[in-house]
Amino acid sequence: MTTRTLQFKIYRYDPDQDQKPYMQDIAVDVDATDRKLLDAMVKLKAVDDSIAFRRSCREGVCGSDALNINGRNGLACLADLASFPDGKPIVLRPLPGLPVIRDLIVDMTQFFKQYHSIKPYLINNDPPPERERLQSPEDREELNGLYECILCACCSTSCPSFWWNPDKFVGPAGLLAAYRFIADTRDQATNERLDNLEDPYRLFRCHTIMNCVDVCPKGLNPTKAIGKIKDMMVKRAI
Amino acid sequence: MSHKVTVRKFDAVIVGAGGAGLRAAIQLSEAGLKTAVLTKVFPTRSHTVAAQGGVAASLGNSEEDHWHWHMYDTVKGSDWLGDQDAIEFMCRKANECVIELEHYGMPFDRLDNGRIYQRPFGGHMSNFGEKPVRRSCAAADRTGHAMLHAMYQRNVKVNTQFFVEWMALDLIRDAEGEVLGVTAMEMETGEIHAFHAKATIFATGGAGRIYYSSTNAFINTGDGVGIAARAGIPLEDMEFWQFHPTGVAGAGVLITEGVRGEGGILRNSAGERFMERYAPNAKDLASRDVVSRAMVTEINEGRGCGPNRDFVLLDITHLPPETIMKRLPGIHEIALQFAGVDALKEPIPVVPTCHYQMGGIPTNYLGQVVVPGKRSQNEIVPGFYAAGECACASVHGANRLGTNSLLDLLVFGKSAGETAVEQLKNSPKAHKPLPEDAFAATLARLNRLDTQKGGANVHETRLEMQRTMQKHAGVFRFADLLKDGVQKILAVQKDVQRTEIKDKSKVFNTARIEALELDNLIEVAVATMVSAEARKESRGAHVRDDAPDTPEHPNGRDDTNWLKHTLWYKDGNRLDYKSVTLRPMSVETIALKKRAY
Repeated sequence: MTTRTLQFKIYRYDPDQDQKPYMQDIAVDVDATDRKLLDAMVKLKAVDDSIAFRRSCREGVCGSDALNINGRNGLACLADLASFPDGKPIVLRPLPGLPVIRDLIVDMTQFFKQYHSIKPYLINNDPPPERERLQSPEDREELNGLYECILCACCSTSCPSFWWNPDKFVGPAGLLAAYRFIADTRDQATNERLDNLEDPYRLFRCHTIMNCVDVCPKGLNPTKAIGKIKDMMVKRAI
Repeated sequence: MSHKVTVRKFDAVIVGAGGAGLRAAIQLSEAGLKTAVLTKVFPTRSHTVAAQGGVAASLGNSEEDHWHWHMYDTVKGSDWLGDQDAIEFMCRKANECVIELEHYGMPFDRLDNGRIYQRPFGGHMSNFGEKPVRRSCAAADRTGHAMLHAMYQRNVKVNTQFFVEWMALDLIRDAEGEVLGVTAMEMETGEIHAFHAKATIFATGGAGRIYYSSTNAFINTGDGVGIAARAGIPLEDMEFWQFHPTGVAGAGVLITEGVRGEGGILRNSAGERFMERYAPNAKDLASRDVVSRAMVTEINEGRGCGPNRDFVLLDITHLPPETIMKRLPGIHEIALQFAGVDALKEPIPVVPTCHYQMGGIPTNYLGQVVVPGKRSQNEIVPGFYAAGECACASVHGANRLGTNSLLDLLVFGKSAGETAVEQLKNSPKAHKPLPEDAFAATLARLNRLDTQKGGANVHETRLEMQRTMQKHAGVFRFADLLKDGVQKILAVQKDVQRTEIKDKSKVFNTARIEALELDNLIEVAVATMVSAEARKESRGAHVRDDAPDTPEHPNGRDDTNWLKHTLWYKDGNRLDYKSVTLRPMSVETIALKKRAY
């Protein structure tokens, strides 16, 4: 089987042992069965068991293994090894803008705090009917491109507005979720949801830089959803 | 390093925040009980997220359907090893549980009349096995993702208290056998805590990572099952593992049966729709064990595809592109990512891949853990509950039907939660005291790992286990391979007892976590091999070369000697058996007959 040696530069920091972070140079042999970056990282861990990273489903639906790969956020399990050129090391860093717990593992508290702040659940105060609440296929279609978010944080941690104000700006992932409920015909809290976002930071710090769209591993478009919320704000004001 | 144990008190502790754990948590939080939900990963990273095709419920949105037909299919699918009381309970509760999910906000696909969209699925038939019925309620091919997120969101609404990235280590039981909580490690700090609780609910998922080729996530290491086995609880029917027909060849990633539900066809190297020969009625929508064996037979007889003739093809190129992009968008993405194939234009290479653990911690349909005792074969273990893939209710018996796993975790997650709420209402205010040696097992395990010198490498030991399981307990089983397999897996177990890690850090030590996970995996692997070697018949997913199809034993099934549940005990590596519950709750027994599709 043809093997290939991959060179890595990996951000390392263990607060238990290290004074400060450093970049580790390390190489690993991969073969034809190793298709994705995560496959190579699992082999790396067999060489050096102290490299810490999160991973679970290895198929791009759980959102665990978001990293900064050669300067760009993405999921290790979806990054093709074949796309990395020979002779140049693959540079792996933790997602930018969040505190590092260890190596490639970041503290996502702030990210989830913002997600929770938009009340990410259906609000409908009518007594629940015996059967399902009806929704037309067209109305259901409005949720496509919204509900598929995997909360990997690639988007929010590539957004300069989120870097500057992670405590005040909801960020693209949270805003996408906010619009997912606004767009749901079964949800009755549209006004309350818009009120919740009406402030100089929570929504309006989005300056349509569109890094979020660029990096989303699921091909979603938070900027478009944010634009729709902004439109609704404007319409409601006049 | 030496470990201190901090004790925390809760009414209830739930271990695992996948579908079953989240569903149980909703019950407890809504009842206002002080509940801790421990989870190794952020809840939406749990493996329920990867379920694709749907959840079964006889809503009858597209055509007539009935829970009794669903029950019949499930009993037949289980090859009569499922307990008929639990199966009736599940099928009757299905509609209620699915409707609840819809009310929580789950974005199901819709029919023109606004009702939940339903698609056909393997083994689900109308009118007691007549012809395929649309019973699988789906959100495109992302049903598990939509469901898991909807249930996490509901838990946010009802203020459930999560302990995210906490790994449960061992069960705490007192001298009477009552369960009083768990020990757990906070992964970020490496600190050890004890969760002292009146009710402990395990919802830790399956252990599909005992096999080399698996659709399962890395986290599916059978933690609850291993913990229970170490605490003296027997494991039920562990020889029964589902090999899903359509894992992407080489990568193992799941391709939903919903693809065949939408009209996809399996083809061999001659382009033949070979399932017509194996299941003339249900064809590609026969039960999973039947389809997987047909595929392996095709490959073994030289009709596989590719340079090594080692896979078959799943063809959807005849379906309208709009159907594929609307109903199967995730599959299109997976085929591109993991097979390098545009499924609109080319078939997808697939092979049977380990997918689901039918056995587990024995429970009744109320979610209570039950073990043989002096008075009955199903005595309740006080304070202990289990639901979802880690549990064995037993509704799947020897083979699970597609879409019944999401249903299982909803129905029994809810049921375990409800039963625990009842128990807590009637229990004394004070917690029963913890025994003096409550943390001994955990501390011994951690200290052994911290100080091990010249031990076995975790990565290599795990690989050895996975290769052993793959070779010796696969889709088809052979008496001599099983016999060898028992010796081999016991040898691997010896290595697991002396694993060594180089990383000694306290902070998010993933090497330590993997070593502790391997302690759980190996219990499941040994239970599987020993139980499989002992069961001298073919039934459901367990098919042996020395138990072939004969007139006396159709399909190799031997009801005279083997219509019984296996119970494996870690202590002494011992086997016991208990009878199958053939009497349902309200309807007549679905009588034994030969299984054909």
